[in-house]
Amino acid sequence: MEYYDIFISVLSSTIRLSIPLIFTALAGLFSERAGVFDIGLEGKMLGSAFAAACVAYLTDSAWAGLCAGIVCSVALSFVHGFASITNRGNQIISGVAINFFVAGITIVLGQAWFGQGGRTPQLAGDARFTPITLPGADAVREVPILGPLYANVISGNNILTYLAFLAVPLSWWILYRTRFGLRLRAVGENPGAVDTAGISVSWLRYRAVICAGILCGFSGTYLAIAQSAAFIKDMSAGKGYIALAALVFAKWKPVPVMFACLLFGFLDALGNFMQGKPIPGIGEVPVQIFQALPYILTCVLLAGFIGKAIPPKAGGAPYVKER
Amino acid sequence: MSTASTPLPRWINYGLIPILNLLTAFLISGFVVWLIGESPLGALQLLIEGALGSGEGIGFTLYYATSFIFTGLSVAVAIHAGLFNIGSEGQAYLGGLGCALVALALDKFVPWYVTMPVAIIGAGLFGAAWAFIPAWLQAKRGSHIVITTIMFNYIGAALMVYLLVHVLIVPGKMAPETRTFLEGGQLPKLGWIMDMFGAKLGAAPFNVSFIIALVAAYFVWLLIWRTKLGFEMRTLGVSPSAAAYAGIPYARIVIIAMLLSGALAGMMALNPVMGSSARLQVEFVGGAGFVGIAVSLMGRNHPVGIVLSAILFGILYQGGDWISFEMPNITREMILVIQGLVILFAGALEYMYRPAMVRLYQQFKRA
Repeated sequence: MEYYDIFISVLSSTIRLSIPLIFTALAGLFSERAGVFDIGLEGKMLGSAFAAACVAYLTDSAWAGLCAGIVCSVALSFVHGFASITNRGNQIISGVAINFFVAGITIVLGQAWFGQGGRTPQLAGDARFTPITLPGADAVREVPILGPLYANVISGNNILTYLAFLAVPLSWWILYRTRFGLRLRAVGENPGAVDTAGISVSWLRYRAVICAGILCGFSGTYLAIAQSAAFIKDMSAGKGYIALAALVFAKWKPVPVMFACLLFGFLDALGNFMQGKPIPGIGEVPVQIFQALPYILTCVLLAGFIGKAIPPKAGGAPYVKER
Repeated sequence: MSTASTPLPRWINYGLIPILNLLTAFLISGFVVWLIGESPLGALQLLIEGALGSGEGIGFTLYYATSFIFTGLSVAVAIHAGLFNIGSEGQAYLGGLGCALVALALDKFVPWYVTMPVAIIGAGLFGAAWAFIPAWLQAKRGSHIVITTIMFNYIGAALMVYLLVHVLIVPGKMAPETRTFLEGGQLPKLGWIMDMFGAKLGAAPFNVSFIIALVAAYFVWLLIWRTKLGFEMRTLGVSPSAAAYAGIPYARIVIIAMLLSGALAGMMALNPVMGSSARLQVEFVGGAGFVGIAVSLMGRNHPVGIVLSAILFGILYQGGDWISFEMPNITREMILVIQGLVILFAGALEYMYRPAMVRLYQQFKRA
């Protein structure tokens, strides 16, 4: 039974660690399926975390924080769009620039406004998204096997967690069952054809990066005011890049994205759990292996050894109308 | 859309437009300073004073510039072959391992000038090795080099932390770093250059690797514009299909370009590891690999431009330190803000002013 308790606790931290990845990877999915590479996911996540924490602190409302996070992230998306769609600049360079800018500005403003070395003040109560206990969770806790699973893994999460799992089928539905989704995917494969059909490539791509901005806003907000209770400098800590890896690992498809994020979240949780605990026969596994594993797996996948990851055909290329 | 292909004279393309881009970035940075409630002009004055006002300041500026020259060259070599190497950071980290191993092995036995060439080779080899797998994946399996090099930055960081915490650490010590190199494993400072100008270097770690960086810049120029290999790389960079028609082997050039790029990034480690701290530490690269992207962009991927823009970024780094010291309201991370803006305006938005420039130029010509 003790093993089962461990399993439950690793599973529940898997969920917690996967949520920001799921939002961010879905954001990347919208952007990249429309042919706009987005290295700036990391920066958008960090920027929205900062905005959410600041506004939640000022207004004492988590929902206002979420709105601020989304607005900030969409604003950064517009910068990315302006550079890479309107000005046809290099999408990767634009993303790198956003990451740098946000990594700096959050600390500079945080220090100037709150004077806590780049942190924002601690939040409590309504300023945070706190865990929700689903009905009956306490009643079934004692039921063997399924009880703890329901009480500790499925119940006891905050609202954003459930929204993340809703966002997956929603993204699938938008991308595969709506006109907008069809066009969005088309513009990532063959923008010329979309243009010929009389649809504006730029406007379509702008809408895609706005979708990406909204989703990144959720992930940053989750980091700052759901998972923790304040903005801490560099709190995204490479999660944007892991999400990018998950996106590639899932071959740019929504439901596999969720599973890839859960897998990478699980590796993270397992790494934390295994720290300082030797495995019989092998000895202590260094935590760095777990940290590196998502990236190694993604590279192995990219090498074509487990299936083939084919990116959207027009990804990374600005669209130039024929003259 | 006729403006995109209209030719502009060189002084506008390589002089005016980059300066305008840079000015925009600085104006917005000034706005951020103003937003915090400090004086932008005061900050600018402190920046210049801190970076160029004393021998020690100049020493630090050139010390930072040294690292940026290496990483800037690394990015530029890859860009000429049409490859975006975002992994200079990780390659430099691994390069540190290469030169530290050489220094640890040789410092007891030989003076620094014997260790140095071996350490250059060690750093270059390890950096190149870290670039090899992404290069091979790009060349043979068609994996996107941007994604694989990002992945390799993180894999490299995890590997180096593991090695420093478990393998290279001095037994009994807490800090994850190697032992301090003896004289034979340290690169001497260039105090005598400062003495020639009557300035004192002080505590600044300005060292011999600056000269190595300048030599590397010369060799990169030689390679790109004066050799067959460089010509093949540039052809591939401009048009892969033309390169294929001309019989230039794609896989070979991609791998060679990335190996050279990785080697240059690796050599960056000579500066902080053997020239300054005399030991290998966790996260010693500190973002220099990414700065290399900005440096290369601003320098228009030309070695002369790279040296100049590396010095500019050196000024920003040293001057930024000075500002955060004198104006506690502005933290050191202001550098990241400026850097991000420079990358944005000089890189991604590099042609933002071009249509306006073309119109102005045409009016000017008619008049």
